[in-house]
Amino acid sequence: MACDDKYEMVCGIETHVEMATKTKIFCACSTEFGAEQNTHVCPVCLGLPGVLPVLNREAVNIAIKAGLALNCQVASFSKFDRKNYYYPDLPKNYQTSQYDLPIAAHGWVEITTAEGPKKIGVTRAHMEEDAGKLVHSGETITSSAWSDVDYNRAGVPLLEIVSEPDMRSADEALAYLTALVRILDYAGVSDCKMEQGSVRFDVNMSLRPHGSGELGVRTETKNLNSLSAVRRCLEYEARRQAEVLDGGGRVVQETRTWDEGRGVTVALRVKEEAHDYRYFPEPDLMPLKISPAWIEAMRRSLPELPDAKRERLIKLGLSPYDAGVIVAAKELARYFDEALQCGPDVKMLANWLTSELYGLLNAQGGSLADCRVRPPQLAALVKLIKQGTISGKTGKAVLETMFSTGRDPETIVREEGLGQISDTAALAAAVDEVLARNPKSAEDYRGGKEQALGFLVGQVMRATQGRANPALVNQLLKEKLG
Amino acid sequence: MRISDCSIRELGRLLRERELSAAELTEHYLERIERVDPATRAYITVLPEEARARARTADAALASGEEIGPLTGIPTALKDNLCLAGAPTTCASAMLADFRPPYTAAVAEKLLRAGAVVLGKLNMDEFAMGSSTEYSAFFPTHNPWDPARVPGGSSGGSAAAVAAGTAPYAIGSDTGGSIRQPAAFCGVVGLKPTYGAVSRYGLIAFASSLDQIGPLTRTVADNALIFTAIAGHDPRDSTSVPDAPADCLSGLADGVRGLKIALPQEFFTPGLAPGVEKVVRDTARRLESLGAEVSLCSLPHMDYALAAYYLIAPAECSSNLARYDGVRYGLRAPAAGMIEMFQASRSAGFGPEVKRRVMLGTYALSSGYYDAYYLRAQKTRTLIREDYARVFTDHDLILSPVTPDVAWRIGEISDPLAMYMGDIYTIPVNLAGLPGISLPAGLADGLPVGVQLIGRHFAEALLYRAAYALEQSGLFTARPALAEVD
Repeated sequence: MACDDKYEMVCGIETHVEMATKTKIFCACSTEFGAEQNTHVCPVCLGLPGVLPVLNREAVNIAIKAGLALNCQVASFSKFDRKNYYYPDLPKNYQTSQYDLPIAAHGWVEITTAEGPKKIGVTRAHMEEDAGKLVHSGETITSSAWSDVDYNRAGVPLLEIVSEPDMRSADEALAYLTALVRILDYAGVSDCKMEQGSVRFDVNMSLRPHGSGELGVRTETKNLNSLSAVRRCLEYEARRQAEVLDGGGRVVQETRTWDEGRGVTVALRVKEEAHDYRYFPEPDLMPLKISPAWIEAMRRSLPELPDAKRERLIKLGLSPYDAGVIVAAKELARYFDEALQCGPDVKMLANWLTSELYGLLNAQGGSLADCRVRPPQLAALVKLIKQGTISGKTGKAVLETMFSTGRDPETIVREEGLGQISDTAALAAAVDEVLARNPKSAEDYRGGKEQALGFLVGQVMRATQGRANPALVNQLLKEKLG
Repeated sequence: MRISDCSIRELGRLLRERELSAAELTEHYLERIERVDPATRAYITVLPEEARARARTADAALASGEEIGPLTGIPTALKDNLCLAGAPTTCASAMLADFRPPYTAAVAEKLLRAGAVVLGKLNMDEFAMGSSTEYSAFFPTHNPWDPARVPGGSSGGSAAAVAAGTAPYAIGSDTGGSIRQPAAFCGVVGLKPTYGAVSRYGLIAFASSLDQIGPLTRTVADNALIFTAIAGHDPRDSTSVPDAPADCLSGLADGVRGLKIALPQEFFTPGLAPGVEKVVRDTARRLESLGAEVSLCSLPHMDYALAAYYLIAPAECSSNLARYDGVRYGLRAPAAGMIEMFQASRSAGFGPEVKRRVMLGTYALSSGYYDAYYLRAQKTRTLIREDYARVFTDHDLILSPVTPDVAWRIGEISDPLAMYMGDIYTIPVNLAGLPGISLPAGLADGLPVGVQLIGRHFAEALLYRAAYALEQSGLFTARPALAEVD
């Protein structure tokens, strides 16, 4: 990429996440996604004349938890402000947000880079209400004869998380967002369903010559709602800005929008971005006072976060790689922990979960959440293998049956007679029969040909459909031949 | 005695003793509105069918013999910025001429639950911006004492209806004097409660940090009764205080003996009409004769109150009124594009005073001006609050004029600034969030003059006590000619 040679990227990202409350931030309407247009609305979120907002305390709880999870200082005194601008999806033509006293500030998120761990600063996190959604009659707003406005989303609580301009490449930006989204998901701040628009990004980016301490002119690109869009946008914008700079031009400080279809950023008309938001304190809400006790209660209610969980799994004996794979998705980590409660071997469990069970999920489709193999069952399977009741090979077959039927591994092994034969008496007969049928091999072994033993073991395994305990067969053969 | 002369308490007694049914009482008022209101034009909307239905419900309750509240079956009327489900709620604006809210304001809900019979919705200055009700988009209201004069504003319809006897009591709202000033101009009692005492839920906002809802009545006792009925915490209004409202009724007749009353020297300036000043000074002497101690005090920052108010109130107004864009409800003017539709709708829907304040407020909040205007105004507001707090460390009440002069002639004041100046005695009270009561105290040139009593936050009971003592001493007994019409 052109910019890598000459220029260094400087990137900061604003992340908007819908907080996981049942009701909206200032009224009792449901926040559920996907309802029929304008059914989750009331006089308050429609901004009818005379209505007043009432702050949803659960939104504050979640915002405090987010602040703590992002290593922020949570403000003891915070307030709401009105951000004034006209748009039909904004029922009051102002958005109740937080301006100069956000609920949390001065935090960081740690990422892993090629050069090692790096902290990306979190400037601030503030609460605000989401706007509604325009549903255009045509493909785009400009080609539409008319647009519907759906206010179901209006008033859904948002947390806007503003990063420092600490990222130096698209890889770092992606690492930051991946870590951020994972933390928010773990902490229960948001369901982080990007496909439903619960997380959206505005990307600020500029270029500067390598080694320069000064910042270049930045652009802000809005309307990004997936990690891949952020990557493509950064790569596009870096190329575009590098071309401008290489051509002796100057980057224009402006707001751009991401065109997903064409994979390009497009400048918004100057008129559209020339906003003076006329912020002033929201007179309909009292300032928010957050006591140390309240913050402490939220800290105690936080679940184990990804970094801590990863450390714990490494201490339990997992490789950093395996621990990383398990922590990467909250569902997977939760499944692992639940299975771990039943006491199976940690490494074997990790392997059976991430290779075998995930292999089946990938091959046959489906998610861990509705997988018929429940964590205690997987743990039981791992135990059966570990204690030698079944072989690893049989284990795979048992897992497939578990996957399609949801039955317990013990039941499958018992009913289908899959248990490993470790009974000396039972095996002795099979050994005798194999020796009787293969006198030549027995002779060879006695004559000093060690390989002949392997052949004989294989014959016993075959005779028992693989269920014989190989170690025991070995031992029996040696005794008989000795 | 004429029914329209009866106080709420007297009407309640007549209803409970079955000398009169609620239906008869309602018919009486509906007929009286038909006869008398054309001379005052206090009503924007009369709701005869709804009123009759509620009167029937009240009669059923009265007949059942169960415990009946003091407001059951008593008619009332609401300023047209209070939402009443299904009824036109216009704010006296072309913007909301056809607006019928799907919900009812907290105050109206409380009254209806107490058995009130709502006769209709009352005229006002558009979106409560104005001091004369001349800025109603529909028609001006006339003062019952002299139809050539304004009733004051913005709750001009509320004051005129009570004065003319077309409603036993009315509800108004007060952002900078909008209850007290029309009460003074029309010779009725009007209370601006402490900010946070009454829920604003369902009051169409003008300036959120200043707006309060309050009663306009013919007597002090009636006023205390209605305030008690509408005050109290409402979880739907985050600025309503959680405490239970004070008992304003049982100590009403306790008198003023020993009360320390302050007269702010800054209020007696050349701008104060001699006839009004005389009534205020006479009232001070009367309080002394009733046993109160009256002394001068100083409110040094009052000179800046008007300027601070005309930055804060328009700033909040510019944001509160942004929602009227023609998208969801209200007037939509046809236009080619979205922005053009916003502009056309707001241009056609708002009158001159609303536009003026939206522009003032937008300017005051603009980037680069915020610190110089809005922020400074907020700091001034703090100083004004502290001025009052200082006076209240050694005084119980403040006595002041309500207005610099009596009601002016319709059309007489065309300069907006001159009209703003008329609110200098009431505006600081809103800025400080204090309770203030306007009490008719005399006549000047045959027109009523009010005095204002201001108390500490949530000292409504004390305001009523002093006002009641003055009223019972025979301070003011005159009635407008229109009230005498049968």
